[in-house]
Amino acid sequence: MSGITSYGAYIPLHRIDRMNIYQAMGWLNPATMTRGEKAVANYDEDSITMAVAAGIDCLNGIDRNEIDGLYFATTTPPYIERQNAGIIATALDLRPDIQTADFAGSTKAGTAALLSAYNAVKAGSAKNLMICISDSRLGKAGGSEEENFGDGAAAFVIGNDGVIANLEGSHSVSYDFADHRRAEGDRYDRVWESRWIRDVGYDKFIGEAISGLLKKSKTDIKDVAKVCYPCLYIRDHAKIGKGLGLEPGQIQDHMFTTVGDTGTAYSSMILTAALEDAKPKDKIIVASYGNGSDAILFEVNEEVEKMKGKKRGIKKHLEVKKDLASYEKYASFREMLPIDIGIRGEEIAFTQVSMAYRERKEVLGLVGSRCKRCGTPQFPPQRVCVKPDCGAIDEMEDYRFSDKKGNIFTYTEDHLAFSFNPPAIYSMVDFDGGGRYMFDVTDCEPGSLKVGMPIEMSFRRKYVDRKRGIHGYFWKAVPVQE
Amino acid sequence: MAEGIKDKAAIIGMGCTKFGERWDTGVEDLIVEAFKECIDDAGIEKKDIDAAWFSTCFDEVNIGKSAVGLSSTLKLPFLPVTRVENFCASGTEALRGAAYAVTSGACDMALALGVEKLKDTGYGGLPDFGAVMGTRNRLVLPNLTAPGGFAMMATKYFDKYGLKPDEGKRMLAHVSSKSHHNGTLNPKAHLRKEASIDKIVNAPMIAWPLGLFDCCGVSDGGAAAIVVRAEDAKKYREDPVYVKGIQIALSSGEEMMYTDWDFAHVETAVHAAERVYKEAGVKDPRKEIGMMELHDCFSITETVTYEDLGISKRGHAKEDIESGFFDLDGTIPSQPDGGLKCFGHPIGASGLRMMYEMYKQLQGKAGPRQIDDPKLGLTHNMGGFPPYNLISISILGL
Repeated sequence: MSGITSYGAYIPLHRIDRMNIYQAMGWLNPATMTRGEKAVANYDEDSITMAVAAGIDCLNGIDRNEIDGLYFATTTPPYIERQNAGIIATALDLRPDIQTADFAGSTKAGTAALLSAYNAVKAGSAKNLMICISDSRLGKAGGSEEENFGDGAAAFVIGNDGVIANLEGSHSVSYDFADHRRAEGDRYDRVWESRWIRDVGYDKFIGEAISGLLKKSKTDIKDVAKVCYPCLYIRDHAKIGKGLGLEPGQIQDHMFTTVGDTGTAYSSMILTAALEDAKPKDKIIVASYGNGSDAILFEVNEEVEKMKGKKRGIKKHLEVKKDLASYEKYASFREMLPIDIGIRGEEIAFTQVSMAYRERKEVLGLVGSRCKRCGTPQFPPQRVCVKPDCGAIDEMEDYRFSDKKGNIFTYTEDHLAFSFNPPAIYSMVDFDGGGRYMFDVTDCEPGSLKVGMPIEMSFRRKYVDRKRGIHGYFWKAVPVQE
Repeated sequence: MAEGIKDKAAIIGMGCTKFGERWDTGVEDLIVEAFKECIDDAGIEKKDIDAAWFSTCFDEVNIGKSAVGLSSTLKLPFLPVTRVENFCASGTEALRGAAYAVTSGACDMALALGVEKLKDTGYGGLPDFGAVMGTRNRLVLPNLTAPGGFAMMATKYFDKYGLKPDEGKRMLAHVSSKSHHNGTLNPKAHLRKEASIDKIVNAPMIAWPLGLFDCCGVSDGGAAAIVVRAEDAKKYREDPVYVKGIQIALSSGEEMMYTDWDFAHVETAVHAAERVYKEAGVKDPRKEIGMMELHDCFSITETVTYEDLGISKRGHAKEDIESGFFDLDGTIPSQPDGGLKCFGHPIGASGLRMMYEMYKQLQGKAGPRQIDDPKLGLTHNMGGFPPYNLISISILGL
């Protein structure tokens, strides 16, 4: 049987209380009041960086050379042309002789990628396919979407060996239902009337897809342990379950009040949460929403127990959070407010694309070198060994730093350097097992660092050059949160 | 080691502009201002010069690359002119080039001139640091500034020697306060105000733990020297100043990429000092050096340099600093002219500006700052930032 062999997730550290948004912008549209909080990408995060983070979580314990392909699903791809999945695959240091593809255009693109991966594996054209699903949608200031949309990502590996959840069947419905749309050049969704979306789209499509799946797979809804589907409106989320004949305990928590509607990643993140608590023999259904719905049935295996403790998944990410108390900061991070970045901030050097390609393993993959003669790891990759009494020339092998932990050797909080979240915090990092380099530190507050503090590496957006259409990425150090 | 150039080259004239935010003055004006004082002091004419070395750093906001900017501004008559750039040691590099040229016999009289016009960027601090680090480094290094790069050394110094932040900051404040006092005595300095220790420790933070007064200023300025072979020097003046030694040392990469270096000292400085003492025949620097102009881009830089030069014991600079050892009336006055702290740091000019002060002190012409029996004067520049740097040190004497 083919199915899910690993899972991972990512929820950005920052959360914003919806009351905070409402207090700032509720004057515009008093009906937008919504409860709970939502997850917010940091200023240096986007759908690519979150996909990489979920991918790292998913790959923990897996040999990356076993991955035969990577599909990326999102409605917020930083690039329209230049494959986003290729950036993610390079950041994850996957082999280059693999198939990569972007799935986009609808919030059901995540389940589309999952089904495509399953079909490829089942057909025997790949042994292990990875999918990363991520979204960071922006709602207009003061609109309902601003309250509802959260940021997050999920990742799976689909394969034949060590399957934790067999894929037992699927049923899809597709409608050209233009409830949300973004045309070329649009930054924000255009949305039709919410009552129409709810009654004609959301309630109906999910119900239709799940009912069709149950019928096709001859499954009794009572035998299903958990059903996972997104939440657009809290009351209607429960209503769909009721309509399908589900007991409340069979409905997987929607995370709407903790993370928010994470678009393409939403149903997959709910599925990941369900897998974290799943027991062998459990049947789990996931249904996506967006221009129709894909419903997929899984049956959990004994192998699921092996995942326990290896993944941060949803649970650990939910536990670690930091309140982003200021709406203005949120709006600035998402570049909704044209803040004064100063002349220093306006200075963005020209990116030499050919050089960035040549150094892609170093820059996107954080791959350095290790001297075969003396064993010293070094970053950036060197041809002449840096160890003073070694100095071997051209005796290097690749050495990946992105999955190594380290500690803060020294640091500063720089008020002069340009940052979207000043002061710019950066540090010298000593890696466990050897190697030293200087990195920005992110997801941390001034005054919180100490010499010797443990850190891990996180793939982040380093700069955006709007004039030349470049999203530059590199790795930053993050204090270990658990 | 080769025998070096001790007492083989001499400085027979120097010039130095007023340093500061010279909004009305362009880089060409600064060149002419330094040059004019320099040739008047040497008592020579332009036609006596055989070759020139020109130091600048941030040419994107300055006079452009190559040395044509110098030759065409001064209308040098088709002379061989070389532009040198080696971060903050550029000025010393210009003098090194000129000294080597006359010593080798390649020419008889050489000009070294350094200049930098920094105050045309529209913001405080040095121009974008990333621009000077090379295109590949820019993709991976943090968007760091000079204060941040050096602040990390203060963080580590405090940590290594168990100084509480307040204790460490007061030590650093003494370094800056002393230089501010010296600056008040120097009409060519940019900043000419006293700064008390309390004022310094309470100033706004620039890059933790370095506050505003821990950082040198950013200014415009230029300085120049005329160099001849030692045996010819007395033809021009009674009191020429001789080059006793001049050495540079550059990072080997291990500071940035290997985990042995402690980030609480500057390894290159140790090597450059060892070589320059050997060249100059200095056995005990604490006894033989009479005054110093150190690269106090930041108070922490000056602090660790006391140790790197072997003047203070490792980890014990604090005792010397706080006992007044480096004050103007101390045993080895440091930054008698006010230092980078009060002059600011027009990169290409700084090394020559330091030598200008040593030159005047040795000749007994330093006015209210005059040091009794200055013996040997040492200048020190540090370019880059601690894990990726270069050091130049010169020793001058009569």
